[in-house]
Amino acid sequence: MKSTLNRLTPYVFFMPAAVIMIIALFYPLLYMIWGSFRRWSPSQQIGETEFVGLRNYISLWNDPNFAESMGVTLKFAVSVVTIEMLLGVGLALLLDRNIRGMSVLRTLFILPMMIAPVVVGLMWRYIYHPTIGTFNRFLDTIGVERVDWLGQNALMSVIIADIWQWTPFIFILSLAALQSLPQSALEASRIDGATGWQQIWHIKIPLMMPVLIVTCLLRLIDAFKVLEVILVMTEGGPGLSTEILALRISRTATEFRELGVAAAMSNYLLILLMLLTAAMFTYTKLQEARANRLRMAVEADD
Amino acid sequence: MAAQTHTRQHPAFYAILVMLIFMAVGPIVLMLINSFKLDVDIISGTGGLLFLPTIQNYETALCDVLPYELDHLDFCALKFGGAFVNSLIIALVSTLLTLIIGCMAAYALVRFRFMGRDVASVSTLMLRMVPPAVLLVPVFGLWNNEFCLDRDGLLGGAIRDTFGGRGDVCLAGTHSGIILIYVAMNLPFVIWILQSFIVQVPRQLEEAARMDGAGPFQVFFLVVLPLIKPGLAAAAIFTFRIAWNEYLLASALSDRDTKTVPILIVNNMSEFNVEWGVIMATGMLLAIPPIVFTLFASRQIITGMTAGAVKG
Repeated sequence: MKSTLNRLTPYVFFMPAAVIMIIALFYPLLYMIWGSFRRWSPSQQIGETEFVGLRNYISLWNDPNFAESMGVTLKFAVSVVTIEMLLGVGLALLLDRNIRGMSVLRTLFILPMMIAPVVVGLMWRYIYHPTIGTFNRFLDTIGVERVDWLGQNALMSVIIADIWQWTPFIFILSLAALQSLPQSALEASRIDGATGWQQIWHIKIPLMMPVLIVTCLLRLIDAFKVLEVILVMTEGGPGLSTEILALRISRTATEFRELGVAAAMSNYLLILLMLLTAAMFTYTKLQEARANRLRMAVEADD
Repeated sequence: MAAQTHTRQHPAFYAILVMLIFMAVGPIVLMLINSFKLDVDIISGTGGLLFLPTIQNYETALCDVLPYELDHLDFCALKFGGAFVNSLIIALVSTLLTLIIGCMAAYALVRFRFMGRDVASVSTLMLRMVPPAVLLVPVFGLWNNEFCLDRDGLLGGAIRDTFGGRGDVCLAGTHSGIILIYVAMNLPFVIWILQSFIVQVPRQLEEAARMDGAGPFQVFFLVVLPLIKPGLAAAAIFTFRIAWNEYLLASALSDRDTKTVPILIVNNMSEFNVEWGVIMATGMLLAIPPIVFTLFASRQIITGMTAGAVKG
């Protein structure tokens, strides 16, 4: 009696989580895949809808608007992640020393990440406002011509806002990685006469690499999730210039009322993200395997 | 952390530090200042700091909960107080549920070998990546059409009799509907982060407790949970943040009475004539809880962030 109870313990502990994830994540995902093969408007039950096979997927594949939206998403994600990585890691390398006020900086740096994306979008929409916005007022004061931030340069403006919000994430993670580096390696290189730059290139960056790659992938995955900031700032416009995929999905579902097409679009996005996740997963597994091999080798030497 | 000695650095570093702090906080301070300005002052824009601060914007935003009548307003259009209460209920309940369910699941994954453990662990990790936008369509469909109680059934009939309304009783439009999807969305992340904290709990402690005759639940709640408090704090903050800030799914699932604050702000933004002062005040009210958390628990947040990323 006692032993069956013990054998059941892990299931009892895991059961609530499993039930909720199955009901509210797995089942909806299956439902979405099922729905993506149907012509489906929000007023219909899914049972009443017409099965259209792969038509939703094929028409999306040939839809120039979808291609444009995909392009915007990729441009946004890649530029945001690249710039944030460069800035974040650079700042971490620069400021990795005992400076008074560092903890204040870290605390205040987290603020942009914690505030609601809706509010971030709101702040930046004000800052970019063509007449009363902070940036254009400043340009007026110094006598430079105004910039049409959310018009012609909308994508750039959206990217800047995201950089403001998320560079601290990379900064804090790389700083943590830097401060946990083995001091002995740095000490040894200093005794051997390595300059600051040599230390950075040949010791710090290679040792930080595992953390940096995971951080980069996490950020990339998150960059595909951005929606509210852009929704509030530009609503995807002007034209389609800032309409990232997540925004297009929500518009297809709510404005165009084509749930089937929106489901197919969600599926494309999901496949993209799954590939990225799989890449991250394999990378960490490889890393663990390598660490294990090294440890085995060391133990064999003893 | 031991007492640190600060070595003197080149003044340029302090300059960089000050500039970074200014850049990080600048937009937030700007919003705070503007929330105390009248629209006239925001639009005329004379002298950044020379203005008469007023709480009129906050009064307008909170008009439905203020005990007194407002002179400048003849009709209370913005039901901010109600939305604030909705946000609070949804965020607090979903955070609590996610933590309880999540830490139990994390404990099972770390401490037990059981059938299906690997599947459970990998699928939890994969589910972490599902963006809210992908869930929008299925959740909208399911919560409106399938997760319903028949109006003629026993329970559904009882609910209809008590609360009124027509049609079947569905999850969409209720607090529980939004809470359910938030709990599900946050669970994978919480499980992931708590695993790295539970691994560090020394096994001997648990074994000692078991020797003294404690059952698995006693071991978990009385021995393990108190030891992973920092992890729980970090997980709680991240969960609360998502539930408090989320817009998309809430907007698809809520009705007039269950609107949360982000929905209110977006709806007011899309109007043609934005009242900047009022909208900044609502934004500030939405931002206050996360700001307070950050200022008081930045250590936990940073621990949580690094634990989540470094332990891939």
